[in-house]
Amino acid sequence: MDTKGKIQVSAKDVNVFYGDKQALQNITLDVKSNKVTSFIGPSGCGKTTFLKCINRMNDLIDICRVEGNILVAGQDIYDKSVDMVALRAHVGMVFQKPNPFPKSIFENVAYGMKIHNMTSSKSELADRVEDSLRRAALWDEVKDRLDQPGTGLSGGQQQRLCIARTIAVQPKVILMDEPASALDPIATAKIEELIHELKQNFTIIIVTHSMQQAARVSQQTAFFHLGNLVEFGKTTDIFTNPQDERTQNYITGRIG
Amino acid sequence: MTNSFTDITPSLRRRHARETRFKWMGKIAIIIAVSFLLVMVGSIAWLGSGALKQTRVQLNVHLDAAQIDAAAVADANYGKLIKTALLDRFPEVTKRRDKKSLYGLVSYDAAYALHDRVVAEPGLIGQDLRMWFVASDDLDMLIKGNLETTGDENRRRFSDKQLGWINSLKEEGAIKSVFNVAFFTTGDSREPELAGVLGAFVGTAFTLLVCFCLSFPIGIMAAIYLEEFAKKNRWNDLIEVNINNLAAVPSIVFGLLGLAVFLNVFGLPRSSPLVGGMVLALMTLPTIIIAARAALRAVPPSIREAALGIGATQIQTVFHHVAPLALPGMLTGAIVGMARALGETAPLLMIGMVAFIVDIPGSVVQPATALPVQIFLWADSPERAFLEKTSAAIIVLIVFLILMNLVAILLRNKYSQRF
Repeated sequence: MDTKGKIQVSAKDVNVFYGDKQALQNITLDVKSNKVTSFIGPSGCGKTTFLKCINRMNDLIDICRVEGNILVAGQDIYDKSVDMVALRAHVGMVFQKPNPFPKSIFENVAYGMKIHNMTSSKSELADRVEDSLRRAALWDEVKDRLDQPGTGLSGGQQQRLCIARTIAVQPKVILMDEPASALDPIATAKIEELIHELKQNFTIIIVTHSMQQAARVSQQTAFFHLGNLVEFGKTTDIFTNPQDERTQNYITGRIG
Repeated sequence: MTNSFTDITPSLRRRHARETRFKWMGKIAIIIAVSFLLVMVGSIAWLGSGALKQTRVQLNVHLDAAQIDAAAVADANYGKLIKTALLDRFPEVTKRRDKKSLYGLVSYDAAYALHDRVVAEPGLIGQDLRMWFVASDDLDMLIKGNLETTGDENRRRFSDKQLGWINSLKEEGAIKSVFNVAFFTTGDSREPELAGVLGAFVGTAFTLLVCFCLSFPIGIMAAIYLEEFAKKNRWNDLIEVNINNLAAVPSIVFGLLGLAVFLNVFGLPRSSPLVGGMVLALMTLPTIIIAARAALRAVPPSIREAALGIGATQIQTVFHHVAPLALPGMLTGAIVGMARALGETAPLLMIGMVAFIVDIPGSVVQPATALPVQIFLWADSPERAFLEKTSAAIIVLIVFLILMNLVAILLRNKYSQRF
């Protein structure tokens, strides 16, 4: 892929406020294409807030205000000309708790393509649903029951269904907000394996509370603390040779 | 009793006793509520069951060719023919007073029934016709056992002489009870034996149709806008407070509003289901809006995030995902609102739906009355026979309510989704 190694998401001096309270201060970082970048940090440090700035989910909160620039594929996403809906088709999101629609498995995956008119025929739609489910490593488990409700799957399957739903609309970037925190270790392992596969085609940003997970899946790691980006760099460097004392304390379990 | 668990036994016994007491209080409360319900429904059913029967009297009418002009069959005096038939049956009756009470045995509808029959079959003229006629309300009550037949003659509806006539008719089999079809197929009447509930039933159906068509879509749209789109600011809070207050406004105030605005300003037809439905819609709207907002709030935010997260617009999110999940709750609100509208009398009094209306309304702009108003009117009538009509109309109202709720519940089950 020609985008390999390029900067996919770029943030410059991002400040986020909830009313009068500042949640993020001067965040500047660049996320490379086709890499997995993990955001770690103690609860309330702003990592999820920052993640939600990248697909403008924060706009749903009336009192939330974002300053600074965030560029996705070179485009300033807070520019007036950018439509939030179009942005979210390019920057998909997987949530902490699996949230499939209370519809059939097929409908769950097809919904995004349907609303964006991405397919021209029923058979093409079916093909792409199958393709998305295969890439989410779920096809073999659900191919015989595509018409059954997605809510009837197990937690891990539901989360993979949500991933299939997200990749079906072919985003450039996939944001994952603690995607495995509600899952057991086996389901978590499957998700991590899947993330590994998906980085071939997507840029992935993952928020996680598990440092082992960050170490396992990501190439880049950003450590957030109290609304500041403390340290950002190669995952191996962050975990083996942290520059900042706070990072050191966090990864050794002294704060958090 | 000693075992290794006895250390907290004293307080445990007290706690268990409290639980047992509470369970019993709950059971007693339910028993009281159910017995009230049974007494109410039972007494109404018992009183109203009489209205399902109608008493008929058979008379032998001589269709005297001299009385019926073959060229103008419809204009003949059929009342006189009925009277003659009664006098022929009881030739001993000669006094004016007695004649009058003899005529009172059959309903005044008898003349119309005979008229219809002869007009339909002019060939009958000149012959004797044995025909069943509707009995008067007093005779009907007597046959149903609702009137005194002993004791002081002056305080009874029927004198011994009249009872004698009736007994002689009974003996020859000229009095029978039939199913009262007319009660379900005719409109109101001043004569209890002829009064039917269909006019009020159709009026209620039209009124509720108008009410539903206005209040449900407007209520749902308002709720969706307020809950999903409107910004949370002071205006929004003000609107919310006002909607909650409107839900508590006495219904007669809405009737006055309807009178002042719909009738006097817009000049819409008085006594019509259209205006009735509009007034009831105003009354029902706050209930529906409040219930629909609660239903929307109960939809987990994760569903909204999921849809928005893959690029659905807000309106797609609401109509594809949120509203379908909230629909059962919305329908529940609509059921509550419509049930309240169904039983409402006061606002309808204000807009003239209390009038005595015989004709069955054919559209929403024709004068009509509604079931609760009909019950009110009948309960207000002095005739003994209206008592059972009142109860029967209440049964019809309850059946209407049950059917309406059944439809809503079926719809709700059909559209409900898990999440």
